[in-house]
Amino acid sequence: MSGHSTFQPQNGIVKWMERRLPIIGLAHSSFVAYPVPKNLNYWWTFGGILAFCLMAQIITGIVLVMHYAPNTAIAFASVEHIMRDVNWGWMLRYLHANGASMFFIAVYIHIMRGLYYGSYKEPREVVWILGVVIFLLMMATGFMGYVLPWGQMSFWGATVITNLFSAFPIVGDPIVELLWGGFAVDNPTLNRFFSLHYLLPFMLAAIVGLHIWAFHEAGNNNPTGVEPKDAQDTVAFTPYYTIKDLYAIVLFMIFFVWMAFMVPNFLGHPDNYIPADPLVTPAHIVPEWYFLPFYAILRAVPDKLGGVLLMFGAIAVLFVLPWLDTSKVRSNTYRPLGKQFFWIFVFVCIALGYLGAKPAEGGYVIASRIATVWYFAHFLVILPVLGLIEKPKPLPNSISEAVLAKKGGSAAAAE
Amino acid sequence: MATSEKAEPTRRDFLYIATGAFGAVGAAALAWPFIDQMNPDASALALASIEVDLSSLEEGQSMTAKWRGKPIFIRYRTAKEIEEAKAVDVASLIDPQSDEERTKPGKEHFLVQIGICTHLGCVPLGEAGEYDGWFCPCHGSHYDTAGRIRKGPAPLNLELPPYDFISDTVIKIG
Repeated sequence: MSGHSTFQPQNGIVKWMERRLPIIGLAHSSFVAYPVPKNLNYWWTFGGILAFCLMAQIITGIVLVMHYAPNTAIAFASVEHIMRDVNWGWMLRYLHANGASMFFIAVYIHIMRGLYYGSYKEPREVVWILGVVIFLLMMATGFMGYVLPWGQMSFWGATVITNLFSAFPIVGDPIVELLWGGFAVDNPTLNRFFSLHYLLPFMLAAIVGLHIWAFHEAGNNNPTGVEPKDAQDTVAFTPYYTIKDLYAIVLFMIFFVWMAFMVPNFLGHPDNYIPADPLVTPAHIVPEWYFLPFYAILRAVPDKLGGVLLMFGAIAVLFVLPWLDTSKVRSNTYRPLGKQFFWIFVFVCIALGYLGAKPAEGGYVIASRIATVWYFAHFLVILPVLGLIEKPKPLPNSISEAVLAKKGGSAAAAE
Repeated sequence: MATSEKAEPTRRDFLYIATGAFGAVGAAALAWPFIDQMNPDASALALASIEVDLSSLEEGQSMTAKWRGKPIFIRYRTAKEIEEAKAVDVASLIDPQSDEERTKPGKEHFLVQIGICTHLGCVPLGEAGEYDGWFCPCHGSHYDTAGRIRKGPAPLNLELPPYDFISDTVIKIG
């Protein structure tokens, strides 16, 4: 996208550098002059919030590694050492543990925003696919991080999740032994999880870079789903969206520190304050809240392999979403039926999360099955069919027209 | 722009600067825990004093204790060593210090010092070097029988830990 100012350095040193490594110009065109549709709402600030979350997790994580020991003999004690002895250790650990939840809250909102406004549609398919890769890496990182304190939930969570792979015929058991480095979750498992837990966030950061690159190439989507037509439709990223994002990040930080300081264990499980015992499984084992919808899908299927396949399939289907949705209209604002099915889908996802936390028995199982079927039907049946039968509302001619129509219906007066 | 005007600061300027200043203070306050976490923690501080029983030492014997992760050299010096240490002209030393200043009154036969070369932190060898004291093999510093630097690159005498005799044969270091 073009428009607005291009970088013209005045300073001699900057000019010298620009001739050799145009990094200041790149930053300027990416984060200062970069034109953004002027009608983005607060749902769009979650991208910036997620960048903040990733940085916060990396910084608190690097600091925690200075005190943590990835060895089954002392891992649990080293976490208690962080909580009791290390200066500010309690705060750093609570920020990191709750930071993971904040990261997932933000990413789920970010994904739902993309679904509502059709941000995955042409020409943003690669942006979306990179986003799903980020989501997958986040889940792997979050899971392995939860294993590190080596409490009961850590140990049994690791056991259950790695055992998912045993569902595959023939290759299943060798894969599981490979993951464990033994015949049960033990010290080799903890060591490699720690190594990968440190590595993956940096891969995540690299893919976030690609994600940003990709949507800077296509330009931001916006609440109307209508591409900007001219400079009237956009504003410069700085100061307009830097300040808006920053304001949203500050509000988000208030919520974040409230969680970390006031209810730091609200999203955790008391059982994880019991050291790992390979001989006793806790009575109720549940994954972290952000895995619950997928956990519900896993348990909804009365077949081991089938459950595992559907669980992975629930994420795999997201990769092909850009080609499943047949509607030419991006934003659900102009899709009377799409909008309703979107909110049903949100409800189904929340219901799956609720059901994942409940025991797998009686009515909960039936409800899980209905919700699972709906989850897949939304992508595989509803979205493909809806695009063909739905009559969308008329789209505005431009972003400016939509904005003016909203602010008092004087679109015509502006022309 | 020959006719530049000096505009009065506006309310907006004030808010802008106040917000920036508030943010800077907040960022500094947030940075502090991330720096302070590297300082010695409660478990390190809890090890800051130890007691050592010297009753098993005979004349001419040494022992090494560990205090705050560092070796503490404790030597029951022979009469000859004490004599050698006292015979030196203090003014001629690199780091002038008399033998009395390096021991406790009435307990001059015990020399208690931190066994770390003041050059770059190696642990010197005992009963070695040209002055019958300690010799650091890393860069060739020679200490005498009172642990004073006599030759080589080290700038100072071996450091003395804070300690007291809490009974005739037990010392508390730290």
